[in-house]
Amino acid sequence: MSATVTRIKSEAETSLESAFAVVRETLPGQAKVRAFRDEAAALFASNGLPTRRVEAWHYTDLRAAMRTMSPLAQPPDEALIARAGASLSPAAEGQVRAVLIDGYFVEALSRGLITSDITMRSLDVTLAEGDHVAIEILSTPNLGRGDAALALNTAFMRGGVEIDIEPGYHAALPIELINISRAERPAAIFSRSMVRAGAGSKFTLLEKHVSLGAEAVQKNDALVLFTSGRSHVEHVFVRERAPDSQTHVHSLLLNVWEDVKLNSYALVEGGGFLRRQIFARLESERAELSLSGSTLLRGKDHADTTLVVDHANPNNSSREYFKHIVDGAATGVFQGKIIVAPHAQKTDGTMKSQTILTGDDAAMYNKPELEIFADDVTCGHGATVGALDPVQLFYAMSRGLPRADAETLLLEAFAGDATDKVADETLREMLITRVRNWLNGRAA
Amino acid sequence: MLEIRNLHASIGGKEILKGLTLTVKDGDVAAIMGPNGSGKSTLSYIVSGREGYEVTAGEVFLNGENILAMPADERAAKGLFLAFQYPVEIPGVTTMTFLKAAMNAQRKHRGEKELPTPEFMKIVRAASDKLGVAQDMLRRALNVGFSGGEKKRMEVLQMTLLDPKFGILDETDSGLDIDALRVVADGVNALRGDGRGFLVITHYQRLLEYIKPDSVHVMAAGRIVKSGGPELAHELEANGYKDYIGQAA
Repeated sequence: MSATVTRIKSEAETSLESAFAVVRETLPGQAKVRAFRDEAAALFASNGLPTRRVEAWHYTDLRAAMRTMSPLAQPPDEALIARAGASLSPAAEGQVRAVLIDGYFVEALSRGLITSDITMRSLDVTLAEGDHVAIEILSTPNLGRGDAALALNTAFMRGGVEIDIEPGYHAALPIELINISRAERPAAIFSRSMVRAGAGSKFTLLEKHVSLGAEAVQKNDALVLFTSGRSHVEHVFVRERAPDSQTHVHSLLLNVWEDVKLNSYALVEGGGFLRRQIFARLESERAELSLSGSTLLRGKDHADTTLVVDHANPNNSSREYFKHIVDGAATGVFQGKIIVAPHAQKTDGTMKSQTILTGDDAAMYNKPELEIFADDVTCGHGATVGALDPVQLFYAMSRGLPRADAETLLLEAFAGDATDKVADETLREMLITRVRNWLNGRAA
Repeated sequence: MLEIRNLHASIGGKEILKGLTLTVKDGDVAAIMGPNGSGKSTLSYIVSGREGYEVTAGEVFLNGENILAMPADERAAKGLFLAFQYPVEIPGVTTMTFLKAAMNAQRKHRGEKELPTPEFMKIVRAASDKLGVAQDMLRRALNVGFSGGEKKRMEVLQMTLLDPKFGILDETDSGLDIDALRVVADGVNALRGDGRGFLVITHYQRLLEYIKPDSVHVMAAGRIVKSGGPELAHELEANGYKDYIGQAA
């Protein structure tokens, strides 16, 4: 005997499905794009928003966090573009910068659209006219399959940017990808961007997420970072503190080819509800992948970092190193899964998550997983959760540092351990300053 | 001047200090000697403000001010310094950063302006040269990977820079070879005078060969059970603590 369980759709789920039916014909893309949008929409219709019953979402209940759907974001008007433009720091000489407002690529605020080494264009153009290689990469056939939140992004995606870096190009300055959400009124943002690193190219990509205003923004965005052989990429993700009303799912999709060095670091400053998911696949051999981050949470923030690193091929190494400071009544989640395919011999993977809880009602959930099907591998993981060391605190205080300053000093050192993974000195300094400012805000 | 009056303190319900009374006058060096478990380190922690102890009776005055209700940082700003028996490693914080934070925190407490960096560097360089602390050590994380001798030197360097009114040395001699002991003792002796008092806690008379005390006190089971001049240290070295262990219980 078997029982059929009928899932009752929530208001948000019903609205999302109807919204897709309404906009489906107007979304950019031809037959192939339509096909994978429809496939994703069907997956969403059958699975709904992820809840705790979905293993990969066990600590982050998106369905509960998103009871209703905000209206789909519209392209920004002149006034908003002007306001967002005023919030940007001036671009340096030769700076390449892509600006997205509410998920829409805004050429007027972007810089260095076409140079001999970099090409930048609206992803809508790629979707509508792109060659099948670009479309294939965008469809991420081997990454995040079955994830209903990513499927929503796939179904609705529009408005993002594609940045192509020519083979062999070494960029002197970080390439900026700035995502601004306005929050003057509730809006649902579904945008996907793609960065393709040409073979042997070397650059830093700074991906920033900034919020203006405080309305209920539902952001579900994705970045596909496709790294061709021998490219050397540093990706620095900064999510500035968001309004508490924000619900944000961010998917980072990484294809890592032979001899690639890819270093991705994230500073998450909390605010609202965040699920940051990384799907990485080692597509060839001899690549070095490093994923790291510092997550700073307070109040009632909820931030989840979930990653899946698929060692689908032999002779690759991956390092995952995450630090979390959880204050107030905030909740942090770290889930890391390393998969080693049967023939992926000589895989070298190490994962570490460390947390300091500073809030009386703070919580942290860690779930490290190894799925190893090869026998000649070196893999390990570790997770720690604790309070600040009272002996270190006393030592610093006995030298004259007030408690708050002593805590800040120790916490900065704790978070800085991950920040040190960033090679670009200017960005590292910026990150250290941001961490310090966050800590000072906490102490105040 | 440090005055401890009838101090009773316990941790986890167990009484460690049982009515300790001791006065160290301005400019004096008082040595406390005693067997393991007599409460010597606990005394140093309670006087300097470590949390987790329950003071059930008594008072501690620093230059006439009762400091027991103050957090550790305020006591430090009032001029108290504890040189730790086991200096604490602080990964990720360079020694230089820590020294600067400590010096500026104390200046702020006292309503003084922060030290400009060049001046700070000059002061640190001069003091570290005197103590044989290599400049390279100042760029490393505080006490991380330092040898026992280096850690103790770092304590004395901090004490020199913070210029306290009263210093407590908790078994500063432990883990030191003779050469390191001499360097550390010279550093402490250089700070004597100017009315600065010291409380030197030690197991062995050896340290007192280098830092000559004005008075010696025997501590057993949470109390001072005998006080005398420097000769008392020699007597203890010869006879051990057996005469005092029974007496205190």
